Amino acid sequence: MMTTNKDTHSEIEELLPWHAAGTLSRRDSQRVEEALARDPELARRYALVREELGETILLNETLGAPSARAMETLFAKIDAEPARKPAVSLNLGARVAEFFAGLTPRTLAWSATAAAIAILLQAGLIATIVLKSQSSGGYETASAPSTDPGVGAFTIIRFAPQASSDDITKFLEANKLQIAAGPTAGGLYKVRVAVTGLPKEELARIVKKLQQDKVVGFIATTE
Amino acid sequence: MQTTPDDALIARIADGDRLAMQVLFARHHVRVYRFVLRLVRNEATAEDLISEVFLDIWRQAGKFEGRSAVSTWMLSIARFKALSTLRKRPDEELDEEIAEQIEDHADDPEVTLAKKDKAAVLRQCLSKLSAEHREIVDLVYYHEKSVEEVAGIVGIPEATVKTRMFYARKKLSELLKEQGIDRGWP
Repeated sequence: MMTTNKDTHSEIEELLPWHAAGTLSRRDSQRVEEALARDPELARRYALVREELGETILLNETLGAPSARAMETLFAKIDAEPARKPAVSLNLGARVAEFFAGLTPRTLAWSATAAAIAILLQAGLIATIVLKSQSSGGYETASAPSTDPGVGAFTIIRFAPQASSDDITKFLEANKLQIAAGPTAGGLYKVRVAVTGLPKEELARIVKKLQQDKVVGFIATTE
Repeated sequence: MQTTPDDALIARIADGDRLAMQVLFARHHVRVYRFVLRLVRNEATAEDLISEVFLDIWRQAGKFEGRSAVSTWMLSIARFKALSTLRKRPDEELDEEIAEQIEDHADDPEVTLAKKDKAAVLRQCLSKLSAEHREIVDLVYYHEKSVEEVAGIVGIPEATVKTRMFYARKKLSELLKEQGIDRGWP
């Protein structure tokens, strides 16, 4: 074994199956990658893990699928259950969650707590950005600033949870954007992209361009 | 293409949405079935169990708090149901299952043929692992569950998850060695 620290090695070795399956945290994954790069014996063992992974998948895939009977039995039982009264508040939450989660990458589907904390932190940071920009004449709208916050072309944006205040400031400045309102409970901001209304196609083009920025978690046009 | 996330389906199921239940079932029933089948080793029993698992999901959807992925929650329910069934199974049946595993070690012509294919032998040895070891190998490799998620499903500490997986792999190497394949590890 090339690695001198035996404990570290066994700890890393224990992580190999999860590394192969791609279910390690980025930090652990990096640790494993570094260990693999410097330890040929560990790399050889990793090749064994990958073999096991491939054959386990194949083995499971050859197990077949249940017959239609399973579904028929299930829905017969469900139909026999007493009717349920929909919970309105839960339903609304579900619709909102469904709408936004459907539009964002799967990797951004963070836990509710983490998202709430991120949104709160971000809200604070963005409030600071807005205050700073107001006092120092920072970023402005695409053309001459409008005094009426309701006039112009708008998008709604949810910033990526990992975006820092610096990232957001640079993003707003670079694209001459102005936060008009927000955040809402879902961490959404109404952002003005122009002081006058824009044709739909032009607004869609801008949204597409902004979407490419890593700072943006979600973006859509709005009235 | 956008798909409805599992947790949104669960929220709709909590409202009694039968269609959401159909979508969730279509999305997950094969994997849940395979997980259960590897534990109970009987297709009819596994089919009965997945109906029960999804019926539980229908009934419990309103209590789902989203602390874990829906698939993790489903596998936890499936595991509980499978183990409960195994406990009820008569001893003779379990003895037969053990006997089948012992007989598997014998070199019949089929096995001899399989030996020529290392991958096939590896799959055969994966099937010979104990239920505890099979379960953890499947959860990690096939169901793509993290250390934390496996700990939640199986109900053991994360450190034990890692150790159990290590010993499952070690056992696999021993079984391979018995079949004439020395992997040089452990």
